[in-house]
Amino acid sequence: MSDFTSSFWPMFITVISVGGVIGCALLLWLTSKIKATSPNGDNTNGHVWDENLREMNNPLPRWWVWMFIITIVFSLFYFAAYPAIGTYAGKLGWTQVNQYEKEMEEANKTIAPLYAKFAAMPVEELAVNAEAKAIGERMFMNNCAQCHGSDAHGSRGFPNLTDKDWIYGGSPEKIAETLTNGRVGMMPPMAAAVGTEDDVKNVAHYVLSLSNSDHDATRATAGKEKFAVCAACHGADGTGNQSIGAPNLADNIWLHGAGEEAIIKRIHEGKVNQMPAQGAKFSPEQIHVLAAYVWGLSNNETK
Amino acid sequence: MQVSNSQSNTYSDGVIRQFSIMAVVWGVVGMLVGVIIASQLVWPELNLGLQWTSFGRLRPLHTNAVIFAFGGCTLFATSYYIVQRTCHTALFMPKLATFTFWGWQAVIVAAAISLPLGYTQGKEYAELEWPIDLLIAVVWVSYAIVFFGTIGIRRVKHIYVANWFLGAFIIAVALLHIVNSAAMPASFMHSYSAYAGVQDAMVQWWYGHNAVGFFLTAGFLGMMYYFVPKQADRPVYSYSLSIVHFWALIFTYMWAGPHHLHYTALPDWTQSLGMAFSLILLAPSWGGMINGMMTLSGAWHKLRTDPILRFLIVSLSFYGMSTFEGPMMAIKTVNSLSHYTDWTVGHVHSGALGWVGLVSMGSLYYMVPRLFGQKQMHSIKAIELHFWMATVGIVLYIAALWISGVMEGLMWRAINADGTLTYTFVESVKAKQPYYIIRVLGGLLYLGGMIIMLWNVIKTATSGKAATATIPPVAAHA
Repeated sequence: MSDFTSSFWPMFITVISVGGVIGCALLLWLTSKIKATSPNGDNTNGHVWDENLREMNNPLPRWWVWMFIITIVFSLFYFAAYPAIGTYAGKLGWTQVNQYEKEMEEANKTIAPLYAKFAAMPVEELAVNAEAKAIGERMFMNNCAQCHGSDAHGSRGFPNLTDKDWIYGGSPEKIAETLTNGRVGMMPPMAAAVGTEDDVKNVAHYVLSLSNSDHDATRATAGKEKFAVCAACHGADGTGNQSIGAPNLADNIWLHGAGEEAIIKRIHEGKVNQMPAQGAKFSPEQIHVLAAYVWGLSNNETK
Repeated sequence: MQVSNSQSNTYSDGVIRQFSIMAVVWGVVGMLVGVIIASQLVWPELNLGLQWTSFGRLRPLHTNAVIFAFGGCTLFATSYYIVQRTCHTALFMPKLATFTFWGWQAVIVAAAISLPLGYTQGKEYAELEWPIDLLIAVVWVSYAIVFFGTIGIRRVKHIYVANWFLGAFIIAVALLHIVNSAAMPASFMHSYSAYAGVQDAMVQWWYGHNAVGFFLTAGFLGMMYYFVPKQADRPVYSYSLSIVHFWALIFTYMWAGPHHLHYTALPDWTQSLGMAFSLILLAPSWGGMINGMMTLSGAWHKLRTDPILRFLIVSLSFYGMSTFEGPMMAIKTVNSLSHYTDWTVGHVHSGALGWVGLVSMGSLYYMVPRLFGQKQMHSIKAIELHFWMATVGIVLYIAALWISGVMEGLMWRAINADGTLTYTFVESVKAKQPYYIIRVLGGLLYLGGMIIMLWNVIKTATSGKAATATIPPVAAHA
């Protein structure tokens, strides 16, 4: 066990914890013998404070003593059965990690046949299978909705999953890949490469013009040339590149905010955005079912 | 004629009057903030869209106000009252005692300003930033000097049981505060904990659980040991029981912290020790309850007519109930259901509202008329009303959170045949709403009772005047 820096500490723990429990028993035994008698013979210990504060000599209630003893004995048995005293692992060999693993293993065994059935079905079929859809929805609600929303429409920084605008690709395979490994999107700050503040503004207007959004045509024309540095990732026509996760700038969908100001901010600051990997949480068969559900969100007209 | 007498023959009660009044005032404030944040959980708009009034800022304000302002002022007041009367002497260094009053009020005001502004160390019940922590340490050491100094100059041989508990509370809180608040200041009002990772978590919950064990238990047991036998006019039930439960309680509490970190990165062995000692803690805790309750044997009829005694005895039943619930919730299997749910919040409040709150109110109702030269409180009917509002409030509060806590625990762990969770988190939040409304109602009743108490205390204080109490002669066999 790596909890201890030297063999002294497990010994120390053992001595003070077992000693502490036994000490409680000793304390109980010793105090049960105390019998201070009052010269007045009034069953008090004879002390008086503040005119009328006295203490009776009543013995410890027996049921209470037994309750105390039971917890003491239980603790000693517990120390023998479970990891508690230093490096001693306990007779039962229990750890919280193996309890978790055992529970997961059993659960996975129970659900395996169900998911094996789904694994054999293609995503297109699963997306219209009521049982698979219901499972996928439950997985989505508990694991995806926190960011993408319970209607999957997303919000700023969290992509809408119902609109067919895919940053990394919307094929079932790509969705499964995104789910399993997560994604880290990274746009570097580009203002220096673009040029002056005026150039940045012009490029922003050019970007706006790509989707026919509100823009200044003169500035857009002036910005077109400077867009070359953006084109490396977003493509010459600004329609993006799914293989590196560069968003389409021509579709009037703005993940990090629409309008001149938001675009200028992105050019200045860049952006790192992350979708966490789910691969450690789910089996590949479960990912398959979830991918089918997500795919179905934007491909539901095919049913 | 005596020329000089270094020892005063009257008690130093001025500082007790100050602490008693402020205890009631801070009680109203702290509970009001509690009702506000309970309402925010039902109607989030009550956050007002402002950072200073958001739940995350007001929640530590509530806990600090009720624990350290209300509970703290009550502890200062009662401990100064008890230690003088059971040592038959005036306070040691009364000027230093006055300093503890103003110092402690400064801490409270600093908390009330800095917490809504967002200054926090991020440690539960130890949120206050390092400059305030330093002030707390200075006030606390002064408190210890006054308290133990008074014990030192006592005129009776034996130290009364209430003082054991108060002494243990003062020493342990000093130790807990200094160790857990150890931090490296990075700037004025910002610092980093001296510990990292799971060690930091363990130190925090060693502190957190013992803040409950010593601040909210040992200190208030000290109160109980004075005011219950006084109000009932009966001797304490068992001397030997007080010895065994005192030593077992203060020893065992120190081990129980890890039960706050079950099924976390904390090593298995640490969790197991925390659980075992939490179970052992049941008997020592109940020892105090038995000793208080049984003190009434032969005087049970007084409960019918004396609402102050009723406050004290009902507080002991809540103490017994929550100290049974605590060890039970420390069992790993139970904890895996209860942890992170409202059940924990309900448990804390059955101890806080039921035990700490009621025993404080009972003790203050005992002290206030005596401090202001009155025979009794301005209105006994108002005490009666306060008692029933508080009791019904507690029952509503804890029953609502038992239900919502167990319900959400079960919802979180419910799993479908396909391995997916049956409920989303937000469904569990939605399901709790009715119980949160009941909780607000319970809180409102409890707060209402406290406001009545404030009125009653002001009436009593203004119709009387600061009384000088003469130290009585020491009894023959003390």
